[in-house]
This record gives sequence, C-alpha cells and structure tokens, in this order.
Amino acid sequence: MKLDLLTGLYVFMLAAFIGFEVIRRVSPLLHTPLMSLTNALDAIAVVGAIILAGEHKSNLAAILGTIAIVAATSNVVGGFIITDRMLKMFKSSGPKK
Amino acid sequence: MNNFLGTDTLIEVTYLIATALFILSLKWLSSPATARRGVFAGEAGMALAVGGTLLHRGIIDYKLIAIGLVVGTIIGIPLGKVQMTAVPQRTALSHAFGALCVTLVGTAEFYLRAPNIAPFMMAVLAMEVILGSLTFTGSLMAAGKLQEVLPQRPITYKGQNFVNLAMLGLAVAIAVILVIHPENTRLFPAMIIIPLVFGVMLVVPIGGADMPTVISLLNSYAGLSAAAMGFVLNSKLLIIAGALDGSSGFILSVIMSKAMNRSFTNVLFGGFGQIQTAAAGAKEAPPVRSATPEEAAGILAAANKVVIVPGYGMAVAQAQHKVRELYDSLAKRGVDVTFGIHPVAGRMPGHMNVLLAEADIPYDKLLEMDQVNGDLAQTDVALIIGANDVTNPAARTDPNSPIYGMPILDVDRARTVMVIKRSMAAGFAGIDNPLYYLDRTLMLFGDAKNFVSSIVRELTGGHGG
Repeated sequence: MKLDLLTGLYVFMLAAFIGFEVIRRVSPLLHTPLMSLTNALDAIAVVGAIILAGEHKSNLAAILGTIAIVAATSNVVGGFIITDRMLKMFKSSGPKK
Repeated sequence: MNNFLGTDTLIEVTYLIATALFILSLKWLSSPATARRGVFAGEAGMALAVGGTLLHRGIIDYKLIAIGLVVGTIIGIPLGKVQMTAVPQRTALSHAFGALCVTLVGTAEFYLRAPNIAPFMMAVLAMEVILGSLTFTGSLMAAGKLQEVLPQRPITYKGQNFVNLAMLGLAVAIAVILVIHPENTRLFPAMIIIPLVFGVMLVVPIGGADMPTVISLLNSYAGLSAAAMGFVLNSKLLIIAGALDGSSGFILSVIMSKAMNRSFTNVLFGGFGQIQTAAAGAKEAPPVRSATPEEAAGILAAANKVVIVPGYGMAVAQAQHKVRELYDSLAKRGVDVTFGIHPVAGRMPGHMNVLLAEADIPYDKLLEMDQVNGDLAQTDVALIIGANDVTNPAARTDPNSPIYGMPILDVDRARTVMVIKRSMAAGFAGIDNPLYYLDRTLMLFGDAKNFVSSIVRELTGGHGG
C-alpha cells in the first residue's frame, strides 16, 4: 500500500509537469477546444464507474456507478464531438500568394 | 492479481497505450494544423481504455454498464451539437457531469470500504468527494448564469466570505475526523452536502465578466478530483488524466487572472458588484460624438489598416457572421483587417476565436493582445464590437479605477476609434469607459448585428455591387 501511494505520487507529479509543458504550448486561439478536449479525456473516470457498476458489490454501488457511467459517457461523447466541430472551423487564410 | 494474470496485464497495457495517446492528443492540440489528429488520438485512447476495462474479471453484470453507456451517449450527442454561442454553458455543464461522476464513485467506494479505510486512503477519498461535489454545484451555477436562467449580476451580502470560509472549514474538519475515525460513517453525508452548498455560494457572487477565470478554475478542480479518484482506485491512467486536466485548468486560470490583473482570491471573494457602487461618480457625462452607418463605412473604406475588437456583445447579438461580411468587403477593397482578441473577451478562454472561426474568418487574422498592441499606433481605425472593459484606458491611467493595472487593448492609440454599442449604459462591470469621450472616438449606437450589416450594405452598395 505504501509503495502504491508513493508510485501514485510520482506518477501524479510527472503527469502534472508534462501537462504544464504540453499545455503551455497550446495557442490561445485554441483555448476553448483545449478545455472541451481535456474535459473529454478527464471523463476517463468512466473506467472506475464501469468497474463499480459491473462488480455489483452492493446495490448502492451499482446504482451510483451506473449514474456515474451516464455522466462520464455524456462527457466523452459530447466532448469529442464538439471539440472536433470547433477544430474543423479553424481555417488558415490559405496559400494565396 | 495472481490468477488470470494474462487478462490483467492486457488491461494494464491498454491503459498504458491510452495514457500515451492522451498526452499525444494534447501535444497535437498545440497547433490548428495538427489539432484534429489530437482529437482522434484522444478518441482512440478512450476506446482502448474502455474496451480494456470491460475485460476486467470482477465484472459480473454487463447490463447496467450497457444501460449507462447507451443513456450517456444519448445525452452526450445533443451536448456535442449545441450552437457555438452556447459553448461556455456547455463547458460548465460538462465540468458538472465530470464532477458528478467522481463524487458518486467516491461515495460508493466509501460505503463499500468503511469502516476499514487507511488514513491516507480516507484523505484522498475526502478530497475526491469534497472537490467533486463543490465543482458539481459550482459548475451548475455557472452554467445557469451563462444560460441566463439565473441572474448574471453578482449577488453579494454581508459576511459572505466568512460564511463561505466557515463552510469550507467545516467540510475539511469533518474530513479530518473521518481520516482519524473512518467508522463514523454517519458523518460522510455531511462531507458531501456542505461542499454542495459551498459550490453554490462560491459562484453566486461571481459576475459574468469573471466567468472565464471561474470556468478555468472549476476545470482545474474537476481534474484534481479525478486525480484523487485515481489514487483511491489505484489507477495510474486516472491519476494522469486528472493531472493533465488539472494542470490545463490551472494554466488557463492563471492566464485569465493575469489578463484581468487580479488574483484567484480576488476573483472568488472580490465580487465586481461591490466595487461598482463605489466607482459610480455623480459627475455629468461629457458629450460624445456619434456617427451613422454611412459615415462609418466611409471612414472604414478610406482606411489602410483596421483592427476589429470583438467582445461578449458580439456573441450576444450573434453578429459574427455579419462581421465576416464586413471583413470580406473591406479585404476586397485592399484594407488590411485583423482582429484583436483579449484573453478574457467573452465568457470563457478562447470564446471569441471559436465564434470568429465559426464565421469562417481565417485564424491567422485573429491576433493576441500583445501582437495587436504593437500595431495599434499605426492603425487607422479600431472598430470595437461589443467589448468594453478590455478597451478601457482607465486601466492604464486611473489608479482609482477598479480595473486599474489590467492589461488592455490600447485601441485609444489608433487614429480613429469606432465603438458599436447599444447605448451609453455602463458595461457589465459597471465601470465608466473614458474611451467614449475621446475626440477621436465615434460612437455607433445600435444593435451590433444590424449596425454591422448597415455598414456592409453601404460598402458593397457604394462599390457598385
């Protein structure tokens, strides 16, 4: 358990640094799609909800897990759709002259 | 994890690949040219991770999972297809959903594990549900304000900050008791309900102009709560996704508060509403000069370089497509037109860029504040459409102004300033804008959409069609 905790903290720290470095480079132009994309990725929490609902260890856990799947899945689906729609709109003035 | 080792390893490998894809996804988002590939990488990672999870050997009941996935998809599709002007409230709503998921999972885990919860486990679990539940109601409030179902003006009362801090303190105190004595399961509901109320109270005093910061901050909380959930479930994938989301929200909040020259605490506990009463002087307003669409069109047509500064007013009037027509007709006449975008223009980070991109304006014409400010002294016309505080020169000159020190677009350095505005009523923050009384400023009174289309009519008509 102790080891898990420390490993977890290492992982968190490294991911936070990577996040800072990668996201700092995102142009302000794309800050809205950035937010909707990170939101969709964050909905990976759905994996926790799936296990909770699927293991059915108690009725409470199964019900809460199912509602959590609904909430997270709607973020995954909606988040990816709208991010892609937004990014499709960004066009350069193109290779004219 | 000793039997079925093959499956467990397989699941972990899908998570590993998913993590790599998530990081690539954000990396590719850095430029518009590769950004759509980023979305695809994210989708692939998500599909892999979910697929891997379904192989989990503890799962005995696939019916509930299927129901959840189907219902979630049914709700998600319309949420992905909202109008671009509704993106800020959609984003706030998705923060609420994310936080809801995290809170529910945390609650279920608590009741499954209590009373045998190790202190560290209880601490992250408490962090997960406290952050999750305050983000849930806070984001719902923000979405309500943005959708205008709730009043947008900040609501403040005496002792507000004290009440808020007391609530947060109480929730933390309960968390500490539970860490030491996790068998007190009766205390757990209070640790959810108090932050739920706190989330509401936190956003109630926040006005529309502060929404970009608040949305970013809630974004960060949603990420951190998911990372805490990762610790609870011992899932590295979740820790990483949460850390990425959390740092993204954090970076955006820092950018937003810098762009307003305010600290987080000032945004959260300041409330623009209180300042405005102090700032409203009784002095007579000096006269302003106004112009008709014909005059405005004449000046624009004679210009060499025009900078258009859009703000929330453009979004409200849905004027972005008319602005595009204006851009086209000026560009056809050889006028150099660019857009000056202030980081906090609109209601969320990048709001204006998305609306203008939707109207098909090339993104290389959308310039950041620093790029534009260097050019404004050589600009013939600065045309302001529905923006106010981000152009207010008082931020540079008047130490008594509530927005003093905030970086602004220096439109008053342009040769001519034109401001499309409904009336002389003060802007959202209720702060008077001395820009409007300058000799070089022309006020164009009217609805942004109608006024811009009148200008376009003049421009195209005068050119012989």
